[in-house]
Amino acid sequence: MPAIACDVKVLDHQRLTDTIRLMTVSWPQRDKAPKAGQFFMLRCWPADVAPVLSRPISVHSYDPELAVVEFLYEVRGKGTEKLAALVPGDTLSLVGPSGNGFNVAEAVGKRVALVGGGIGTAPLYQLAKELCEAGTKADYFCGFRDEPYGMDRFTKVCGKVQLATDSGRFGFHGFVTQLLKPEEYDLVLCCGPEPMMRAVAKLCDAAGTRCIVSLERKMACGIGACLGCTCHTETGGKCVCKEGPVFDSKEVFGA
Amino acid sequence: MSVSLKVNLLGKEMAGPVVGASGTFGFGEEYAGMVDLKKLGGISGKGITLIPKAGNQGERLLETPSGLINSIGLQNPGVQHFIDHELPVMETLGTTIWANLGGGCIEDYEKGAELLNPTSVDFVELNISCPNVKQGGIAYGIKADSAKEVVSRVRAVCKKPLIVKLSPQAEDICQMAAACVEAGADALSLVNTFQACAIDLEKRRPVFNNIFAGLSGPAIKPIALRMVYQVCGAVNVPVIGLGGILTGADALEFIMAGATAVQVGTANFMNPRACETITDEIAAWMEAHGVETLDEIRGCARV
Repeated sequence: MPAIACDVKVLDHQRLTDTIRLMTVSWPQRDKAPKAGQFFMLRCWPADVAPVLSRPISVHSYDPELAVVEFLYEVRGKGTEKLAALVPGDTLSLVGPSGNGFNVAEAVGKRVALVGGGIGTAPLYQLAKELCEAGTKADYFCGFRDEPYGMDRFTKVCGKVQLATDSGRFGFHGFVTQLLKPEEYDLVLCCGPEPMMRAVAKLCDAAGTRCIVSLERKMACGIGACLGCTCHTETGGKCVCKEGPVFDSKEVFGA
Repeated sequence: MSVSLKVNLLGKEMAGPVVGASGTFGFGEEYAGMVDLKKLGGISGKGITLIPKAGNQGERLLETPSGLINSIGLQNPGVQHFIDHELPVMETLGTTIWANLGGGCIEDYEKGAELLNPTSVDFVELNISCPNVKQGGIAYGIKADSAKEVVSRVRAVCKKPLIVKLSPQAEDICQMAAACVEAGADALSLVNTFQACAIDLEKRRPVFNNIFAGLSGPAIKPIALRMVYQVCGAVNVPVIGLGGILTGADALEFIMAGATAVQVGTANFMNPRACETITDEIAAWMEAHGVETLDEIRGCARV
């Protein structure tokens, strides 16, 4: 399903922490329903105003009943600072939904763990919802540097929920990889900082558990036209925005 | 009043003056759901080479305040793969097809051009200006003598209209243009990206593995326009202007400087509909100023 370009309305915009925002926008195009793991290119500034590029942000939640898409994102630089200034009623330009997304059908009926780190937890909520709707409650392991966010929603659609923080102020003091026992699962679906995903992939590899990761890259077009986000794999260059961002960990991190 | 945006380029009729620039428009399919491609003059596909290329390792993109530095490195599936897989899709898009052909050695250029001869490609755009691959053609884009050699050798085997895409790194852009025309180029397109650099402060190293990479976007527009103006005065073949075009007004500047048509690249990343938007803006300007065809204003700013 090819991406479309359209302007949508901002309906709600919440500040969850100093740097984390949850933005709700209208998405009336039911025939272009975004799937878990897909993303949009977001822009709310003119073409001749910096930054030059739009910002790729994953779908945190899509609700076909309310016809809304939610974006959970971190304010990190010039683009996300501009996004953070949007208020309800403002217009946001979207290109998408882009990317392959997670293969939910493959996970249904299996013992599934979702592993998220920081803002990498964002796409896992839509994934947990789709899995839950299909009758599979995944366990959710999340790691944050300090204050966690967005967790309460996961409890409704997941089985076990476990938290680790670097600071130790919340949940387990340490890395999420110290909580995860991949041998207890058939499938681990992971999104977070690349060192974390590599560590999860290594654990899964040792346990013989299939590990799926969602990558983050700088992107220019977000639709597979510019090849700016290519990831080099053993089977050749893969376009993260079009052939990804979801890959088998072995394909992108090696065995 | 009825405005006509049609452009005749080397005997082929194009629906409009705006062509999607190579490297920013994939092979067109990606934009099909967002842009009315039939309004475009054409699509210049991602640069292809005889031998497939994996492209560059490391960082590939960096934003500047009004530009984009890229180091893609001509990642492409090869000429034969293009002919077998991407070209059939391009044929369905309803616009002219530009095959952007890069190469390492002259023999690769020749073989690539020969493979394209029996295909539906409308124009071969010879890329002697990719700054991101040592063997990507820039070697031929700096010195007029080198350019002349590769263009004449390709001309001898190429049966398609041949457009040579020039680099702003050329020692003398007018000499370069004249040399390419003398060697048999039917038209010229310019400019490709400007060689640029960025340093990562934390790593204390260049951002890009190749140290230098190509700058595009609005930052380069005034310089690109200067070069197009100069080249339009130096040769008597059609010139396709490009470099940082963001709006209909930008495109009209190139046309008033003498360009037959324009290409739009980086703007597609800011607005995926940019080629169509710019086409509409040109039409609106013509309408507002009582201009019926682009021929009426092409080169009108030349003094």
